[in-house]
Amino acid sequence: MAINQSSAPAVTGVRGPEREPVTLDVNGSTFPIELEPRVSLLDALREHLDLTGTKKGCDQGTCGACTVWVDGRRVLSCLTLAMSCEGHQVSTIEGIAQDGELHPMQQAFVDHDAFQCGYCTPGQIMSAIALLREGNATTDEDIAEHMSGNICRCQAYPNIHAAIREVRDADDEG
Amino acid sequence: MSPVLGKPVNRVDGPDKVTGTGRYCGEIVLPGLAYGLIVGADTAKGRVVSIDESAARAAGGVYGIMTHQNTPKVANAPKLIPSLAGQPAPGESFFPMQDDVVHYWGQPVALVVADSLERAAHAAALLDITYEESTPVATIEDGRTTAYEAQTLFGGLMPARDERGDVDAALAAAEVTVDATYHFAANHHNPLETGVTTAQWDGDRLTLWDSTMGVRASQLTVASLLGIPLSDVRVITHFVGGGFGSKAMVWPHVTLAAMAARHVGRPVRLALTRPQSFTSNGHREEQEQRITLGAGRDGRLTAIRHLKVSVTSPFDDWAEPATGGSTQIYGCDNYLGSHNLIRGNTMTPTFTRAPGESLGSFSLETALDRLAYELGMDPVELRIMNHPPVDNHGNPWSSDGMAECLRRGAELVGWADRDPTPGVRQDGNDLIGSGVAGAGYPVAFFMPVQHARARIFHDGSVVIQTSAQEFGIGVTTSMSQVGADGLGVDMDVLRFEAGDTDLPNTTSAVGSMGATMASSAVHNAATTLRNDLIAHAVNDDKSPLHGLSASSVRVADGRMTSTLDPSISESYADLLQRNRLLDMEALGSWTPPPFTTPHGLLTFGAQFAEVAVDKDLGLVRVRRMAGVFAPGRVLNPKLARSQLLGGMLWGLGQALLEGNQIDRQSGRWALNNLGEYLVPVHADIPDIQVEFVEVEDDVVGPLGVKGVGEVGQVGAAAAIANAVFHATGRRMNELPMTAEVVMNGGGAG
Repeated sequence: MAINQSSAPAVTGVRGPEREPVTLDVNGSTFPIELEPRVSLLDALREHLDLTGTKKGCDQGTCGACTVWVDGRRVLSCLTLAMSCEGHQVSTIEGIAQDGELHPMQQAFVDHDAFQCGYCTPGQIMSAIALLREGNATTDEDIAEHMSGNICRCQAYPNIHAAIREVRDADDEG
Repeated sequence: MSPVLGKPVNRVDGPDKVTGTGRYCGEIVLPGLAYGLIVGADTAKGRVVSIDESAARAAGGVYGIMTHQNTPKVANAPKLIPSLAGQPAPGESFFPMQDDVVHYWGQPVALVVADSLERAAHAAALLDITYEESTPVATIEDGRTTAYEAQTLFGGLMPARDERGDVDAALAAAEVTVDATYHFAANHHNPLETGVTTAQWDGDRLTLWDSTMGVRASQLTVASLLGIPLSDVRVITHFVGGGFGSKAMVWPHVTLAAMAARHVGRPVRLALTRPQSFTSNGHREEQEQRITLGAGRDGRLTAIRHLKVSVTSPFDDWAEPATGGSTQIYGCDNYLGSHNLIRGNTMTPTFTRAPGESLGSFSLETALDRLAYELGMDPVELRIMNHPPVDNHGNPWSSDGMAECLRRGAELVGWADRDPTPGVRQDGNDLIGSGVAGAGYPVAFFMPVQHARARIFHDGSVVIQTSAQEFGIGVTTSMSQVGADGLGVDMDVLRFEAGDTDLPNTTSAVGSMGATMASSAVHNAATTLRNDLIAHAVNDDKSPLHGLSASSVRVADGRMTSTLDPSISESYADLLQRNRLLDMEALGSWTPPPFTTPHGLLTFGAQFAEVAVDKDLGLVRVRRMAGVFAPGRVLNPKLARSQLLGGMLWGLGQALLEGNQIDRQSGRWALNNLGEYLVPVHADIPDIQVEFVEVEDDVVGPLGVKGVGEVGQVGAAAAIANAVFHATGRRMNELPMTAEVVMNGGGAG
């Protein structure tokens, strides 16, 4: 049977495989860049926007070092295609401190020595802040369970737990 | 000693780390940067027969492809020597892509350089490589009949056999003996940042941003392999995303990055992928240990025999030395320690946190627990009773603290109330038990003279420099404290600069020696500059301090003050400005004691653990850990605690989670990612406590600092295994103690 080409839905989803213009909204700023469709959000941030605070630990979705927020929800940027983030708000560790003032979670990490090498730290902090927002930090067990996607090979875990508890308790009082 | 030393100050590099602004070596922005990707061999033993590059070259963005056919020959054959020795320190006596022979799975056989990560990965996937394959030998089972006794270890630095007395006769005569055999799976370091090097040539001069535990080791090794002067190689490392031994030696990818940058005429970044990190920077080798103890009914040890067999590479007699603790932590006249090796198709194993002693102590400390039960003695008292005041050569300890650590730990966990009967405590479906282990980690004086520079400007601000590198050990912070203390200035006016071979030499921070080396050099630099400033002042007839003896001047807050009359005082800044000196500087150096120094040299500690074992499923959960350590002077207790915590939890991972094995058919590691090679996560972490026992040590350096990087792990797994026995009545003979091992009655042996 004959198909009326003009009545088929317009093909709007096919882009690439060459570089295509992409607009990313990161930390409240708009970045028009060109990316191949296969570029991950992680590599777009690190290699194209020079936002290297988001770390590559495994590139396989197993370590959590690349944790960022997309529309406020934590995602693994190594398993997220950059192009799929168009029209969404991406937040990274570089956007957490405001006006040179550390976020209370960042300060608590420093005060509790919640890191050693610092490589997993941006991801830990992005998860930790989100945890409070999600309501997943009520008990020590909650914190341990809901932070378990973020590996710290230096094993600063006890200190990370202390930092999260401190911020949670200060929030509760405030 | 000023109050800044020993104070729990926050990390000075903390803000850089929590805001993501600290630049690691794979984050250096360079114009025209290209991306390199290694292609590892898909066979463990054989020969590269052909490499078809046509499809890869046709893919977009490829700048170059290196294989054994076009890779330059290295100028000097690599020879394995530990980086602590201060010589070229390749991780194996082998450099890849020099010929077509494949010795181990994942050995680099090609290197693709392209204009983006994605294009490099795509082109690498398009390389068509064929191999002629033969059957690999890669496990102890494969090679047991070919095992031979190693003559030396650590690149020839240490004898592989340690023997005194007559161990056979003593065992035959012993009133009580214990004999146990253990199998330990291989471990991988898995720092969160994989090995990465960014290389840039400027004419004949090379700059490397290398993720390393020793910038000097990288410089020495690359210069040697490329055959270029040290003055033409600069290595910079400001932040390192963890090392744990994987970056203690200099692996082929570092030099390959430099070769690739020259090959394509651009700066090149070469990062190991996570799977590649399992085959590119060594590992803790698969090993078996057998330990036999002989003792009198009174609990005195009369004989220890400690034998190890493990798999090494085709090139090197590498074994992590397992007997440095068992030969001396407990006194015993009859001792034999030896290391047998099997040459197999793996890369050369390497230092992995608490090298040697983490597993050596497992054998020793679980065997002692068995002995305590045989004798009906308390395991804490058995250890204290056997811990001697001298080492195995009769030399007194430079500092001890072992008994104090054991007693304090016992207090912390309420050991006195413990019923030693195994298998009688239950909490729901869990069997509960507790265990103890001693800990000792050798202090090794293999390193050359260490240097640091202290410089004061005429406004009173200070820069302290040495080439140490920050990979989480807190050197930036603790050396700021040491510098401020030595010079008598506030930490706020002092900046510590490191991580650059253009700065005065310190050797790789490995073997728990980083703090000792750097603090000794920095202390000497700061105090030399202080003494120079004081000498200047007392000889300056315009100074209020003129004519005083130097010894009657004290320094604090950037001022020199008479100890006799506090009103006689002058600031460093005033002294310099009046004399039209824009700055003054001093080089400090520290010559380590000889390796044969007549002292027993170990850092001691004690480990306690409580576990819950699901009696139906065999799952072990650690409920509590307590560690007490005596690392000499503690420069910063907040940071030292963090490192010791880290070590203890590495012990937890080694006890319960971490293990890899090579597939005997293919010669390939079974696990190559963090989803399957399990490391501890947040949910695995018990209630954990660390305490220090203060001991003074005037042998190990001017400040008496012994390291904390390794000893936290030593004994931790043994304490957990002893607790599992106390809970279940089953002895654990395998690591990791997976549920299967627990349910199968402890595994091999």
